[in-house]
Amino acid sequence: MHSKFNFFLYFRGIDKTTQTMKILVCISHVPDTTSKINFTNDNTGFDTTGVQFVINPNDEFGLTRAMWFKERQNATVDVVNVGGPETEPTLRKALAIGADAAIRVNTPATDGFAVAQELTKIAKEGDYDLIIAGRESIDYNGGMVPGIIASNLKASFVNNCIQLDIESNNATAVREIDGGKETLNTTLPLVIGGQKGLVEESDLKIPNMRGIMMARKKPLTVLEPNENQDFTTSISFEKPEPKGAIKLVDAENIDELINLLHNEAKVI
Amino acid sequence: MSVLVYIESENGTFKKSALEVASYGRCVANSLNTSLCALVFNSKDNATLGAYGVNKVLNVESTHPFTAEAHTNALKQAVDKEESTVVILSNSANSKYLAPLLASDLKAGYVPNVVEAPSSTSPFVVKRSVFSNKAFCNTEISTPIKIIGISNNAFGLVEQVVDITTEAFELENISSKIRVEGVDKATDKVSIADADIVVSAGRGLKGPENWGIIEELADVLGAATACSKPVSDLGWRPHSEHVGQTGKPVATNLYIAIGISGAIQHLAGVNSSKTKVVINTDPEAPFFKAADYGIVGDAFEVVPKLIEKLRAFKTQNA
Repeated sequence: MHSKFNFFLYFRGIDKTTQTMKILVCISHVPDTTSKINFTNDNTGFDTTGVQFVINPNDEFGLTRAMWFKERQNATVDVVNVGGPETEPTLRKALAIGADAAIRVNTPATDGFAVAQELTKIAKEGDYDLIIAGRESIDYNGGMVPGIIASNLKASFVNNCIQLDIESNNATAVREIDGGKETLNTTLPLVIGGQKGLVEESDLKIPNMRGIMMARKKPLTVLEPNENQDFTTSISFEKPEPKGAIKLVDAENIDELINLLHNEAKVI
Repeated sequence: MSVLVYIESENGTFKKSALEVASYGRCVANSLNTSLCALVFNSKDNATLGAYGVNKVLNVESTHPFTAEAHTNALKQAVDKEESTVVILSNSANSKYLAPLLASDLKAGYVPNVVEAPSSTSPFVVKRSVFSNKAFCNTEISTPIKIIGISNNAFGLVEQVVDITTEAFELENISSKIRVEGVDKATDKVSIADADIVVSAGRGLKGPENWGIIEELADVLGAATACSKPVSDLGWRPHSEHVGQTGKPVATNLYIAIGISGAIQHLAGVNSSKTKVVINTDPEAPFFKAADYGIVGDAFEVVPKLIEKLRAFKTQNA
């Protein structure tokens, strides 16, 4: 009860006397990268049979960086997800990794714009200094949620963020660009679209038993959504055409490969 | 009414992806029976855009580096001025940076990774790749203004010569919350995003010291270099070269995978490449099921021979 009460206080933004940075990490609940993708109901819905769901990898890099700020700079870290009750194990995993509190907005995530509107409301009410989302979810690859939140909040925005350092109110971020990278300076509040590079793969944390036990006692608040209108609708799905058989070329016959690439595929 | 395209340049020339954006824009403008406008920065070569169907160029002279805020604002002004109902961008890092900001400003539905011309313009339906290229989704955009990001190398270049006019476009001064401190970019190298050919290698190369043959092969082909996830996780190559579901997607004409077994995440990332070649010692490697051409053999023997033969081929066909 006590922890829930505390959570409620700072969630309302009352706890502004201290200098701790408040971080919100947006978590998408997605099929594991090894999943085979199939569809149901005449190709109108995603078939979840046998699919394992995980924290979206781009979000997990961001969450791990948030834990670094918690450990080194005494930040508080909340996680939020827009989704039905089936996404709660993913939020509990984020709590087991070390987030302080979780929020679930109880509505299916069908459209990036609508999801961003829900997250904006949470971000505003919580008065966060730093909002971390993945550059895209690996299921629908929309890549719009962090940008739209930033725009709604009139906060700074750095996409494809591969490095982030924060000193009081100032942030230095590195953004991946095509063929290189770019270093940016800005101030909080800041929204980033994160990806690998924010932390290394080897820095990702697997929850330990203590973390899992503690996560059970941490607050997970369920909020009802606003009535947001979808801007886009997924009508139907298709799988790629099956590929033709491979043509094998003998390792001693490189000329044949060059011939095929030049005359058949016409790519060289 | 009009269709608006966002045209990106690199070292003073239009990117190939920008000309694809123009081609796609012309196709949508034809369907809607309207004109095609282009927002361009520091353009000196408008005739090229006219060859890909652009009727009107709004040219911004600017010495400032790219910032998402400034370019979003410019696009928003252009949309207002030209009463655009469809805005088309590429899948470049910059396009993906500003598209959500523009979508929010215009209250417009945004669909990235679009691979084909709209199947219908009323309702407005486009096909995009989802699940990191493992599937496609037909998606309806229901807002008055639509924003589309098109995948590289999917729609292709389509020439349609039209008369073109140019107008200087003045930008409102906006104060940016973000300052660009520095850009670190290899100017002599092709980026994975813009390359026609990508040469990629995996753990089969045994160590970072062996990447010389990969770079040499890329050099002969004018290709970009890439790598598998384990290779970037091991620190053999930079993360920016990691190709796959959590790395970069690759949609080139030719993808050559050397010593890469072909995990499902990697294959998803390279799925939209037109022609795939695999070179691997293990004939059971999953990549052999996904590639068009394959050689079962040792990279250290096959690749040097391939370099030599390609050099001869290039000289002959120069």
